[in-house]
Amino acid sequence: MLLLDYLWIIPLLPLAGAAANGIFGRRWPKKIVTGVALGSTTLALLSALEVAREFFGPAAARIPWTHSYFTWISAGGFRADFALQMDQLTLVMLLVVTGVGWLIHIYSIGYMADDAGYTRFFSFMNLFMFFMLVLILAANYLLMFVGWEGVGLCSYLLIGFFFLKQSATNAGNKAFWVNRIGDFGFLLGLFLMLRTFGSLDFAAVLPHVSEVAASPAGQAGWLTAIALLLFVGAVGKSAQLPLYVWLPDAMEGPTPVSALIHAATMVTAGVYMVARSHTIFLASPAAMQAVAVVGCVTAFFAATIGLVQTDIKKVLAYSTVSQLGYMFLGCGVGAFGAGIFHLMTHAFFKGLLFLAAGSVIHGMGGEQDMRRMGGLRKKIPWTFWTMLMATLAIAGAPGFSGFFSKDEILAATRDVSVPLWALGVLTAGLTSLYMFRLIFLAFFGTARYDERKTPVHESPRNMLAPLVVLAVLSVCGGWIAAPHLWGGANHFDDFLSPVLAGPSPAADVASAEPEGLLASLLGAPVIAGLLGFSLAWWLYIRRPKEPEKLAQSLSVPYKLLLGKYFVDELYDAVIVRPLVWISGFVLWHIVDEGAIDGTVNGVARAATESGDHLRYINSGNERSYAAWIVLGAVVFTTLLFWAVR
Amino acid sequence: MPISYFLVLSAVLFGLGVVAFVFKRNIITIFMSIELMLNAVNLAFVAFARAHNQLEGQIFVFFVIVVAAAEAAVGLAIVILIARHRGTLNVERVDTLKH
Repeated sequence: MLLLDYLWIIPLLPLAGAAANGIFGRRWPKKIVTGVALGSTTLALLSALEVAREFFGPAAARIPWTHSYFTWISAGGFRADFALQMDQLTLVMLLVVTGVGWLIHIYSIGYMADDAGYTRFFSFMNLFMFFMLVLILAANYLLMFVGWEGVGLCSYLLIGFFFLKQSATNAGNKAFWVNRIGDFGFLLGLFLMLRTFGSLDFAAVLPHVSEVAASPAGQAGWLTAIALLLFVGAVGKSAQLPLYVWLPDAMEGPTPVSALIHAATMVTAGVYMVARSHTIFLASPAAMQAVAVVGCVTAFFAATIGLVQTDIKKVLAYSTVSQLGYMFLGCGVGAFGAGIFHLMTHAFFKGLLFLAAGSVIHGMGGEQDMRRMGGLRKKIPWTFWTMLMATLAIAGAPGFSGFFSKDEILAATRDVSVPLWALGVLTAGLTSLYMFRLIFLAFFGTARYDERKTPVHESPRNMLAPLVVLAVLSVCGGWIAAPHLWGGANHFDDFLSPVLAGPSPAADVASAEPEGLLASLLGAPVIAGLLGFSLAWWLYIRRPKEPEKLAQSLSVPYKLLLGKYFVDELYDAVIVRPLVWISGFVLWHIVDEGAIDGTVNGVARAATESGDHLRYINSGNERSYAAWIVLGAVVFTTLLFWAVR
Repeated sequence: MPISYFLVLSAVLFGLGVVAFVFKRNIITIFMSIELMLNAVNLAFVAFARAHNQLEGQIFVFFVIVVAAAEAAVGLAIVILIARHRGTLNVERVDTLKH
């Protein structure tokens, strides 16, 4: 018996946990709630590991594996099954989601220990795990969409977790509404796909793209439309330009939520979806270009905003947007494997960064502003060292995981477009700058808070253990691709190649000349990272007064960055206010009150008024009644005679 | 005698009843004009019954007489009540429904 044949168990476990805690948790003591929540995710992780073992062992010949459990929708010629699948790409996602999810569950037990909504929190977290697993295990786009919407729902619920705070509720609503735009695009893409391919199953769509593209009926344009609409969905979910605005606000949620949903897993669903649909994207150069440009510009744009943020979580939020941009850049230049690779390493180091930031906030008693931190290095050493590992990884320090994945993306980019590569390298420098700024501001220098009032303390062990595990992964997670450096095989890309249809041409060129690769490509991002580090060191350690002076001398760009390019204000003026005006004035007062209420009230008024006039026939004068009766009788009799004749 | 004689007489009586019903103001007179119309119809019934040699017309006359008697009883009760409350028998002054 193979567990692979019972794959449905994996998503079902967290669902059972969520249901049990959601329904009965309120009456259970905290220990049972913890046991149910952690137990279900632990079992899910163990099942995922067992599936991975079978994947390389007894079931290797059966990959890619698909199984349809039952027909979910059957209407005319359309059929959608509740079907799960397993292949290399899914396995990577499965291990990342269950692994990182499990670690963050452990961390949350400590972080949320004193929160009144403990049970609700874990119920939502388990529900999120369920939907995320449905998203990645689904064998057709429709089931994927179920997971896609489900994680959006959980994201909304968890962003607005502290629902008594107005800002948290608003942030939740914002995330939900902005995602609607993306999801609408995704849905339209699915409709077009159904029209073009007649099915939404991966197996019925993805291998047949080239046939459709080659068909004489002019279907190639539809492929571009499908790819672009799917990408709109990915842009919403993965917080890319121009729909990234919800993610920074999503930091209103508890920090473990930011780590799990808004850094490691849910926001990368868009990258997964694009990689999964890579044949459609590859058939459309225009869509690929759009993906690459949007990704690269987002990476740069978000990194610049991250430079001036003072809230520790906001810096990480913009950093997430920026790193997601890298992933899309990788996909857009055809290096889907590199994009997924960066997705994985990013899950490790960004998850760690958020958890460590949570540990800092926890230790500081809720303080999130870096201007009121400083000198924490000695007080919370475990948090400091693990966070430093993650920072080195995200900054692309050689040997750390982020180095391999980011450089692979940039190497592939350079073969496609030099301007995008240059912007990507510049972003790598900015990444290093804002991350070391965070480290130096929070952990170095002198304390800028009242040390007597705020007794900084290291977090409990169950919060530190996940940090250490993720730190190890942040350091070592990229070594699988290491042989690529000295001209060997890139094991990660090779592993994914059965799904992602072989290495891209760009990767072929890169591996053909390893020396040139080492010298010219790996050099530039690393040098950019070093420059960023040096600048951060100079600004925040050597001359701590310098940033203020710089902000004054460069006040216009500084204010532009501090105001986040005023994108929120722009959207408010161009979209939100007109929409509010249209719904308030046009739809409410004119359409609803005028047209709809007008019609209903008009009919009622017509009845009242006609009755008002007709009642005068009822004169109360008996002789006039009699006259009417006689008149009626005469008319009737005359008509009768007429008819008889 | 041909049936047309009876029918003409019946029509004339009915017409007189209608005219009286519409133009008279005294309730009692209006009442009597109703009786006149009913009996004009009775005459037509009887005439048809004889002409067709059938009994139904005559039986119907009895029903009409019974209804007329009941109607007279209820109607006169109403007339008495109106006379007591309003102090008049003029129908033009009994028009409170209008207001």
